Amino acid sequence: MLSTIGQVPAAPGTSSHVPLVFQPVVPEFILAGTAIALLLWDAIRRDEDQAPLALAALAGIAAAAAYTVWLWFWVGKPGHPASVLGGMVAADKFALFIRLVLLGVAALGVILSYHYLDRAGEARGEYYPLLLFATAGMTLIAAADDLILVFLALETLSLSLYLMTGFSFRRLASAEASMKYFLLGAFSSAFFLYGIALAYGATGTTNLSGIAGKLSGQVSGLALALGAAGLLATGFGFKVAAVPFHMWTPDAYQGAPTCVTAFMSAGTKVAAFGAFLRVFNTAFSPLIWDWRPFVWGVAAVTMVVGSILAIAQTDVKRMLAYSSIAHAGFILVGVTAADKGIQGAMFYLVAYATMILGAFAVVMLVSVRGERNVSLVSYAGLARRSPFLAVAMALFLLSLAGIPPTAGFIAKVAVFSAAVQAGYWPLVLIAVIASVIAAFFYIRVIVLMYMQEPAESVELERTSVAQVSVAVPAALTLLFGVLPGLLFGVLKSASVIRF
Amino acid sequence: MLWSAVPPPGPIEDSGGFPWLTLVTFAPLAGAAIAAVFPSRLLKLHRVWALVVTLATFGLSLGMLAVYHGEGGFQLVERAVWVKALNFNYILGVDGISLFMVLLTTFLMPAAVLVSWRIEQQAKYYMVAFLILESAMIGSFVALDLLLFFLFFEALLFPMYLIIGGWGSERRVYAAVKFFLFTMAGSAFLLVSILFLYFRAGSDLGHTTFDFTQLQHLVLPVDTARWLFLGFFVAFAVKVPLFPLHTWLPDAHTEAPTAGSLILAAVLLKIGAYGLIRFNLGLFPEASQFFRTFVMVLAAIGIIYGAAVALIQTDVKRLVAYSSVSHLGFVVLGTFAFTLQGMSGGVLQMVNHGLSTGALFLLVGMLYDRTHTRDLGRMGGLGGTMPALAGVFLFVALSSVGLPGLNGFVGEFLVLLGTFIVSKPFAVAAVVAVVLAAIYLLWAYQRMMHGPVLNEEHRLLPDLSGREYAILVPIMAAILLVGVFPQPLLDRIEPAARQTTRCVIQTNQAAQPGQGVQLSSVCSEPPEGGVPIGDVARRP
Repeated sequence: MLSTIGQVPAAPGTSSHVPLVFQPVVPEFILAGTAIALLLWDAIRRDEDQAPLALAALAGIAAAAAYTVWLWFWVGKPGHPASVLGGMVAADKFALFIRLVLLGVAALGVILSYHYLDRAGEARGEYYPLLLFATAGMTLIAAADDLILVFLALETLSLSLYLMTGFSFRRLASAEASMKYFLLGAFSSAFFLYGIALAYGATGTTNLSGIAGKLSGQVSGLALALGAAGLLATGFGFKVAAVPFHMWTPDAYQGAPTCVTAFMSAGTKVAAFGAFLRVFNTAFSPLIWDWRPFVWGVAAVTMVVGSILAIAQTDVKRMLAYSSIAHAGFILVGVTAADKGIQGAMFYLVAYATMILGAFAVVMLVSVRGERNVSLVSYAGLARRSPFLAVAMALFLLSLAGIPPTAGFIAKVAVFSAAVQAGYWPLVLIAVIASVIAAFFYIRVIVLMYMQEPAESVELERTSVAQVSVAVPAALTLLFGVLPGLLFGVLKSASVIRF
Repeated sequence: MLWSAVPPPGPIEDSGGFPWLTLVTFAPLAGAAIAAVFPSRLLKLHRVWALVVTLATFGLSLGMLAVYHGEGGFQLVERAVWVKALNFNYILGVDGISLFMVLLTTFLMPAAVLVSWRIEQQAKYYMVAFLILESAMIGSFVALDLLLFFLFFEALLFPMYLIIGGWGSERRVYAAVKFFLFTMAGSAFLLVSILFLYFRAGSDLGHTTFDFTQLQHLVLPVDTARWLFLGFFVAFAVKVPLFPLHTWLPDAHTEAPTAGSLILAAVLLKIGAYGLIRFNLGLFPEASQFFRTFVMVLAAIGIIYGAAVALIQTDVKRLVAYSSVSHLGFVVLGTFAFTLQGMSGGVLQMVNHGLSTGALFLLVGMLYDRTHTRDLGRMGGLGGTMPALAGVFLFVALSSVGLPGLNGFVGEFLVLLGTFIVSKPFAVAAVVAVVLAAIYLLWAYQRMMHGPVLNEEHRLLPDLSGREYAILVPIMAAILLVGVFPQPLLDRIEPAARQTTRCVIQTNQAAQPGQGVQLSSVCSEPPEGGVPIGDVARRP
């Protein structure tokens, strides 16, 4: 991939004679357009029922997904540019793949949210537009081919998520989580912006391929560029919740409405890792030998700290938050390995999004109105009260622990094998030890569900909408575990980041 | 460059079109999937269905046995591509070693279902867990692709964990978690080692692969091979279990429900021993030789320690559990003697231990169902009220002790012979344990069955029921059959044992100090008749 460096596209200023190609960003137009339409519609309608809004949001997501599938074949054709809008937006299968995953996450997020908000009595019209804006930010960030656009997309998704985190503002924890998330998020944005400034200072451009082109010829005076890489990595580290930038995660995940937690834990991670992979494998690929050790260290610390801190948690949402931190570490193992690791990390992202969405969906259904039953104790005897939820939760937890035949197992094998191939076997050793530590707390929940008597008998609602949001991720977790070839076949072309 | 030439492919025979192994492996899983559809309140249906599925699987495995012929090498091999992009393959095959492990599994599963007949609490999940477990166990024995093996190896953890933790006795959760974490920790190292081999194949053979028979052709530096050996060894030593990694076993065995103990002892422990033979010896012959004394010492400690601790147990289930530590030490001692007798005896002893100790756990479970105690001090004189049960117990205990005419004798004798050729001190240590085994089992028998009746309620206990006869009689028949007529088994075990042993010895004879060692071409060549391998190669 290194050999293709140097295909610097026309600078933004000279692109006036090139016809503007909008196709690759049409899905974002659809998402944002739907969001705006929904806002207006909600302002004029009198009906309290939120179902039409949710359905319209789903329709928008489906349309964006359909267009993305069409784009899949569009980008493959000869003559179509690798990058459009003056080098701002990448038109490659990597972006499309990440976008499809995110749209899936968003669709499940809408279903979960409808159920949650309806039950909590907090349904307000601005929710679905916010979710759609966040999704548009997420899908755009993975396609952004310019640091400025990366930042814009990052802010779009972050601002929407801050609001969504505080959506149950009457519950103090939600308001607090939103505040913390906002403050630390703003802090990380500052890092990110500073990183962009340094990158511009070092190379005179913010275009990813432009930066790579400048850096590849340079042999000295890389201090600025290294600083830029470090600051950008820090910014991404915040978003993916890597240690030591993870402080906001447990509080935000715990305080946010569970449907938002589900959506953002899966969505933010996929989107931020998508951008992370792209920026570091294009713009900073000439510095690969400098950033690899840094990511190596962050990955190791993240896995170990995430896994160990999760043991001490008594709240399921907090436990899953630390688990998601640990998983960021496992994905970083794939990022460190680069090359084959990209494919592994992408598989991991899909597997992770599937299982964490499913796990939080179960958490949402178990915690009744007002988020009362979120402590581990409330899982005692779940197998008796709701065999379906217990089986599904066990499946997600096993997948998170990396036990076959689940997607989590194949994902771990994929990133670990890439890292071994790159010669990072000490990192893999740390990773497997962290997996064993992590297995402990996943297993503890299964113990509670299957081996203890129910503490109190709270009736669990059984609605078909909610069942779908659990059944779909469960089916996918098994499918990708048994037939991972389906996904790897797609990833073969999608894991190539063109620049 | 004697070893640089790519050796001819090993004697691998495909299945001739009919996927015997796939059927045997996945029949229980399919059964579990069907059972999952039916509502849990149909208790009887779930029991009968589980029995039907396990019996059908046993029938299929008999078909597999009929197709299998006596020569060495892998037979009934099936290959398919699983994930093309990463070169993951689906490869199954059996040789004389795995053949009997599969048969042992399928033979004992109906007994496990029958002995669980009375379980009412969540019986559906119980049976489904057992069926999934059976698939994973069979899969572990027949997988010839390392990743596939690892997948089955890990997949059997969870059902077993649920069975111990969900349906065990008082300290079941502790035992289940301990079992899970020990095994999981061991297999973590296994995964890293497997991945290392996978990429080593990528650079040495030109394509990454997990295929066991291809990985045997790798040329590894001596140090690397030794580290990898340890990576594999830890995973399997936990499972076997070898001293000092055995501490999960007494807890797991004691707390598990009867059928769980049966399967743990009879099959799960064998997967560890099988892994040592198949993968450690098969992939790292030089390292095996290097660590031989180390492993034999651990095995010998396990033999004596297990027997000595069994001697002082008052909980009869714990006693049988510790006797497993001792018996599995025998298996490992025999296989690491690297003699044909030791290896054949070790494999046969794996089958024997499955039958005898499995039956002991069944009997202890039946006793517990009646007396509600496992404490030897509270039993006594039970032989008077339950003569048939006492008789069966004595029969099985004697087979476990190694009475000539029953199965234990043949295996133990071969192991002792094979060890004696190599090292007299180890053989002496093993003989001591044979004596100890006679003491602790017969003494336990005496305390339970003879003497005055300690508890008046025990006078009213019923003797064996028809269902219990149905469980025990086939196992007793097998015990007797192997005891008086072991030749059909040995005929099939021997070629595979010969090949594995030869592979270790010849590689070491050919290896030069300090050079890379080929994961031997001799390992995958057809065995020639009459090669004298009783003599032991000295490490160069």
